[in-house]
Amino acid sequence: MLLPGVPVQEAAGAAHPLAGTVADLVWLVPVLPFIGFLVNGMLSLLPATHMGPADPAAAGHDHGHAGEGDADYGHDDHHVARHPYHRIVSLVGPAVLGIAFALTVGIFFALSGAHAEEPFVRTLFPWLVTGDLHLNAALQVDQLSIVMTLVVTGVGFLIHVFSVGYMQDDPGYPRYFAYLNLFVFFMLVLVLGASYPVLFVGWEGVGLCSYLLIGYWYSDKANADAGKKAFVMNRIGDFGFLVAMFLLFANLGVLDFVGVSGRAAELGEGSAVITAVGLFFFLGCAGKSAQIPLYTWLPDAMAGPTPVSALIHAATMVTAGVYLVARSSAIFALAPVASLTVALVGAITALFAATIGLKQWDIKKVLAYSTVSQLGYMFIGVGVGAYAAGVFHLVTHAFFKALLFLGSGSVIFAMHRAYHHTGSHADAQDMRNMGGLRKYLPWTFGLMWVATLAIAGIPPLSGFFSKDEILASVFARRSHSTLAEASLLGIPGSVLLTFIYVIGLAAALLTAIYMTRMMLYTFHGPNRSGDAERQELREAPWVMTGPLVVLGVLSAVGGYLNFPAFFGSVGQKLHHWLEPVTGASALHITHGEEAHLAVGTELALIGLAVLIALGGMAYAYARLKPAALVPKAQSPESTGIERLLEHKYYVDEAYDRAIVKPVVGLSRRVLWRGLDAGVIDGLLVNGSGFLMRGLGWVGARLQSGQVGTYAWVLVIGVLAVLGAFSLT
Amino acid sequence: MIPEALALSAVLFTIGTIGVLTRRNAIVIFMCVELMLNAVNLTFVALSRMYGVTGQVFVVFVMTVAAAEAAVGLAIIIAIFRHGQSVNLKNINLLKG
Repeated sequence: MLLPGVPVQEAAGAAHPLAGTVADLVWLVPVLPFIGFLVNGMLSLLPATHMGPADPAAAGHDHGHAGEGDADYGHDDHHVARHPYHRIVSLVGPAVLGIAFALTVGIFFALSGAHAEEPFVRTLFPWLVTGDLHLNAALQVDQLSIVMTLVVTGVGFLIHVFSVGYMQDDPGYPRYFAYLNLFVFFMLVLVLGASYPVLFVGWEGVGLCSYLLIGYWYSDKANADAGKKAFVMNRIGDFGFLVAMFLLFANLGVLDFVGVSGRAAELGEGSAVITAVGLFFFLGCAGKSAQIPLYTWLPDAMAGPTPVSALIHAATMVTAGVYLVARSSAIFALAPVASLTVALVGAITALFAATIGLKQWDIKKVLAYSTVSQLGYMFIGVGVGAYAAGVFHLVTHAFFKALLFLGSGSVIFAMHRAYHHTGSHADAQDMRNMGGLRKYLPWTFGLMWVATLAIAGIPPLSGFFSKDEILASVFARRSHSTLAEASLLGIPGSVLLTFIYVIGLAAALLTAIYMTRMMLYTFHGPNRSGDAERQELREAPWVMTGPLVVLGVLSAVGGYLNFPAFFGSVGQKLHHWLEPVTGASALHITHGEEAHLAVGTELALIGLAVLIALGGMAYAYARLKPAALVPKAQSPESTGIERLLEHKYYVDEAYDRAIVKPVVGLSRRVLWRGLDAGVIDGLLVNGSGFLMRGLGWVGARLQSGQVGTYAWVLVIGVLAVLGAFSLT
Repeated sequence: MIPEALALSAVLFTIGTIGVLTRRNAIVIFMCVELMLNAVNLTFVALSRMYGVTGQVFVVFVMTVAAAEAAVGLAIIIAIFRHGQSVNLKNINLLKG
């Protein structure tokens, strides 16, 4: 079945219009954060003259109560013991990202000026050359990868700047920035890699950094466990990714994107192989992008510092799965069953996570479930073949979700400082302890409302356009598309797509409700933090509020990237931009015609979506009474369905029963006591020792010390040898 | 002539071997070893009639070695006797495992 190895990326030679431009420097984009990692990493290893607070015990003491947000280690703002290399780390950490972003902007303009239809592949060095496999370490600049790179470096830069304020008094300050820089490096390898194995290196690398940063405050066991959980669940997905790559190599003999998308058709449309490749890739996506059934690690990942949640667990890493599906659009377009699965799982996840988000009290948990839900939306988009719509939502989501997370970081920062000041051990992340923060954090308040309106889908903010684009795409593909004609588990695709559309609307309604709830409980009504604490609540420094403002502007105007088609020439910008990469696949799904709805239908759908969003917000505003809330410590236990939602449908508990406990039990009883202690230690290690001791005992008995006995044995031996010789 | 000599040598060798195996006194065993050596010497001498003088040269070597061995061996036996007031092999088992 092996086809002869095709020389990798010969096509993208010197003739490419981007050769000789700034795009040749694309390798510098990932290398810059790596330099930052090396510098900050070395600084974190240097012995610090005086680290942490004056009382070292106080640092470890605080973790247990807040769980996170221990940004403020000093006893007050004027008496803090910052890390001795604080200044240089604050400079290097964000600066490398800033330069990388500037470089990416340059490449973006070079690319948009060149009108390159073919991707520009910059080969760095041969990496894996063995047998039929000729794989280079190569970076690929095309319309899709440059959009991702802009998001990663741009939003990443803002979050790095925010971190300078948020983490300023953390004793592990250089270590934090080293991890963060390393994460960006791997993320850039992921989005810029020109083949699946290079992408996989980045894929694994971001998983590692995610693990390191979730467990950043590792002295608290819960945080370390959360990191481990994320790591292990991602391994399940990575298994799928690997199998998909093996299948591709066994059937096509190529692994680079140019080769695979050029030859995917050889596998045969709808064939078992291409469907399997798609489904296994999606298993990888489900792990990395927290979709059912592998989503439970993402809410736990909130144990990391809040800027980490914003960067890794909202804006960039978790969207890698969406990127992978868009990148593999040639495969998914030919595998309608896999595509329908992606869209269906995305839809169910979107609704499921949104319901959980309704009853969470931890402000970051609300946002975490919101992220899972919005990722589901993106998968609906790329699943139905609207790759541009999925990527569009990815970009706008990066803006408004990063803003929401950084805003919540700002809130937690203020709450934590207030609690720290009064020595209280109340939960700085529980919304029942907040309320009325509008007065104390006016900037955060205003900007988070912008993001909330964006995610709820209120025009003309960015989320409205991206969400609407996805829903309209689903609606349009209910007829006259390969998906509508295919079927999944015996259900016709057109029925499924209608179902997905309805679920999408329902999830949009819930999104509006839980986001309004979060805002009402956090910023409106009376303040519940306590009388002494109230005096200490104030806005974070400008190094933190500044990035919020930039993200606020982006969240507001991000829709400009891709207005609906009926806007005319200003519409569908991102859609047209991505056409060289995903256009052919998208067209294949819709039988070669652009899937445009009639303007009237589209306007009706938009009206329905806006009505639902406004209805959700109005419902939440009318039903929820922040004044009736009491602080966490005095809150009664909830009952019935509320309790079910508050406990996240007991999915973690179910997984614990069904998988973790049996695995631990099996490991303990069979693998540890049976195999390790029994067979290996008992039978093999101690057994061979015992055998040798027995042989030694026999040998010792033979050595009687009696020369006569020896002589007898000698003579018998000689006679035996002589006898043997005479017999032959 | 040769078969008789070989038969005598075999008888002498067997007597020596049985002596080594059955006796307990170190001196007697030592003498039996000498008997075995000389039985071999007899074989050499007898066979040298057929195969040339090499066998007789060997006999000279064997006697030289036997003399050296007697000197060392008797010295060891004297030392053992001084150590344990006995040359009975039953009492000599320092190398018992």
